Amino acid sequence: MLRGFLKINMKKLLKNNLVIMIIFSVVVLTMPIWMQPFGAAYPDILQKFVIFGVFAIGYNILFGLTGYLSFGHAAFLGVGSYTAVWSFKLLTMNIIPAIILSVIMSGIFAVLMGYVALRRSGIYFSILTLAFAQMCYNLAYSVLTPITNGETGLQLAKSDPRVIDRLFSEAGEGLPSTTLFGIETSGYSGFYISAVVMIIVFYISLKIFNSSFGLKLKAIKSNQNRMRYLGFNTRPYLLTAFVISGMYAGLAGGLLAATDPLAGAERMQWTASGEVILMTILGGVGTLFGPLLGVIIIKYFENIFSAINQLDLHSFYSIFPTWLENAMVSISSLFVGEGWHMTLGLLFMLVVAFLPGGVLEGMQLTYKKLTTYVSKKRNKTGGESKKETGVNHGK
Amino acid sequence: MGSKAVLQVTNVLKTFGGLKALNNLNLTIEEGTVHAIIGPNGAGKSTLLNVCIGQLTPDTGTVEFDGQIITGLAPHEISQRGISRVFQTPQIFEDLDILQNVMIPALAHIDGQFTFNAVKDLRHRNEVKRAAMEIIEQMNLGDQLHDRAGAMSRGNKRRLELAMCLVQKPKLLLLDEPTAGMARADTNQTIEILKKIKATGMTKVIIEHDMNVVFSLADRVSVLAQGTIIAEGTPQEIRESEIVKEAYLGGAKI
Ligand SMILES: Nc1ncnc2c1ncn2[C@@H]1O[C@H](COP(=O)(O)OP(=O)(O)OP(=O)(O)O)[C@@H](O)[C@H]1O
Ligand SMILES: [Mg+2]
Repeated sequence: MLRGFLKINMKKLLKNNLVIMIIFSVVVLTMPIWMQPFGAAYPDILQKFVIFGVFAIGYNILFGLTGYLSFGHAAFLGVGSYTAVWSFKLLTMNIIPAIILSVIMSGIFAVLMGYVALRRSGIYFSILTLAFAQMCYNLAYSVLTPITNGETGLQLAKSDPRVIDRLFSEAGEGLPSTTLFGIETSGYSGFYISAVVMIIVFYISLKIFNSSFGLKLKAIKSNQNRMRYLGFNTRPYLLTAFVISGMYAGLAGGLLAATDPLAGAERMQWTASGEVILMTILGGVGTLFGPLLGVIIIKYFENIFSAINQLDLHSFYSIFPTWLENAMVSISSLFVGEGWHMTLGLLFMLVVAFLPGGVLEGMQLTYKKLTTYVSKKRNKTGGESKKETGVNHGK
Repeated sequence: MGSKAVLQVTNVLKTFGGLKALNNLNLTIEEGTVHAIIGPNGAGKSTLLNVCIGQLTPDTGTVEFDGQIITGLAPHEISQRGISRVFQTPQIFEDLDILQNVMIPALAHIDGQFTFNAVKDLRHRNEVKRAAMEIIEQMNLGDQLHDRAGAMSRGNKRRLELAMCLVQKPKLLLLDEPTAGMARADTNQTIEILKKIKATGMTKVIIEHDMNVVFSLADRVSVLAQGTIIAEGTPQEIRESEIVKEAYLGGAKI
C-alpha cells in the first residue's frame, strides 16, 4: 500500500514543474563533476554542451511542436554571433547588451525568413529556409565583407571604439576580454553563465510546451486543416514559433561569441543547421530532454571521439596479447579520430531505423522493461507466499 | 421557429473539370431548424458543405451567413463567425488525447483567430477544461479522457468530432453523415444526443443516408441530385413525393 502510494506521489512529483527544474538545474550545474569519468569535464566542451543545448531547445520548439523542419537555423546562430561581436566592438565588452542585441537581431531575421518560408509547408518550407540560410552564408563571404570580415571572420581589435566602456575607463593595454560586470566569461565561469542562461530558457520552453499555445502548435502538427476549420489562423502561430526558435538560435550564437569573441561565416553553413536537426532527432523530437541528450552525444563525439588516436587505442587495449591488441586497434581506429563521423552516422541510422523516438525513447523503453521485469518477479514471489498462507488457513 | 434565414446559398456553381458538382444551387436554412439534405452518392452534398465553410470557393454564386456574404473568406474567419462542421471522414487530432482534442476548439471560442498571451491562458485554463469535460461527459467519452484520439473506434471518433464542434457553441452546425459507419447502438445514442441539441435551438444541417435518422430529427428535408435541389419540404412531404422516389429512393428504401 505504502509503496503504491509513494509511487503515485513520485509520478506526480516528477510532473511538477518546480521539481523538474530543480533536478534539471542540479544535473546541469554539476556537469563539471559527473562529466569527469567521461573525460569531458573541461570548460571548452562543457560550454558547447550548454550553448548548443540552447540552440537545440529552441529548435525543438519549432520542429518538435509544429513538425516544420527548418534547414536554415544556422543563419540565426551566425547572425547572433556577428551581432554580439559588433556589440563588443562598438559598445562594450559586457556580454549583457551583446546577448540582448543578438536575440533581437536574430528575431528580426527570423521574422523575415519565416514570413516568406511559412507560405509553404513540408519539403518546400525546408527548401526555402535552406535557400535563405545559404544566401546569408554566401553574402557573409562576399558583399557583406565590411560587416562580416569575410573569410578571416569578425574579430576584436585594439582600435575598436567601445563607446560605453570608454565612458568609464581608458582603453587598456592589449585586447580586452568579455565580461559580465567584471566576471570573466571564458573558462568555467563562461560555462556557468551559459548554463544559467540555458536553465532559464529551458524553463521558458517548458512553459511553452505546457501552455495552450504549445497545445495549439501540437494540434497544428497533428492536423493543420482541422485547426483552420476550428477557427484558428495557423500562420501567425507558426510564425511565432519560428521566431521564438530563431531567437533561441540567436541567443546561442551570442553566447558562443561571449565565451569566445569571434564570429565566422562557417557558423551559418547548412551543415550547422544539419547538426541541430541531427541532435534533435537523435535525442528525441518533441520531448523536453531529448534534444539536450542529442547535443551531448553529438558534441561528445565531435570533441572526444575525434581526438582519440592510435596511441590512445594501444594503451586502451594493452591488456590483450599483442596480435589481438593490434587487431582491435585497427578495427577501432575506423571509428575514432577522423572516423568519428562514421560512428555518428551509424548511430544515427540505427536510431532512426529502430527508435524513431530517439535515444530518450530507447532509455524509457529499457526503464519500462526493467521495472515490469522486476515487478513481475516480485509479484511471483508475493503470489506464492499468499498461496502458502491460504493453505495454512485451510488446515 | 423563426423565419429568419441563417444560411442563404444563392446560385452556386462549382465545377471539377467538366463535372458540375453543384449546378446553380439555391438553398435557404432557417434559424432554429434542423435541415436534412439527402441524395444519392456523388450528388454534391459534401461539396455543398465544403463551399459553406470556405474549403472550396464556388465558381459563381454566393453564400450568405447571418445576412453577410462569406464566400471568399478564409475557413478560420468563417468558423469564427459561428459555423462548425463534422466531416464525413472524422477530422480530429489523432496524436493528441481526447481532452486536448476538445480543449482546442474551446480555446478558439475564447482566443479568437490568434492569441499569444500567457496571462489570458492562465485565467481561462480551468474554464476551458471544464467546458471540454462537460461536453465529453455528454458524449459518454468521459472514461477515455487521456486516451490517444487516433486509437479510438470510428464511431467514437465521430462522437469526439461532434464534441469538438459542440464545445464551440456554433450558430450553425453542419453534420456530414454523423452516424455513417456506426453500430446500431452507437447510432441510437448519437440520435439521442442530436435530439438533445435540437432542444437547444441550434440550427443544424444534417446530411444523412439513414432515413430513420432523417425522419426522427429533421424539420425540413432537401433532396439533392446531380448538383441541384430537386425537392424540398417537410419529412412527410418528401416521403410521399413521387419525384424523390424516382430520383433517389427508388421507392424501395422507405
Ligand atoms: N476535390 C474534388 N476534386 C474533383 N472532384 C470532386 C472533388 N470533390 C468532389 N468531387 C466530385 O464531385 C461530385 C460530388 O461529390 P460529393 O463528395 O459532394 O458527393 P456526396 O453527395 O457528398 O457523395 P457521398 O454520399 O458519397 O458522400 C462527385 O462526383 C465527386 O467525385
Ligand atoms: Mg459526402
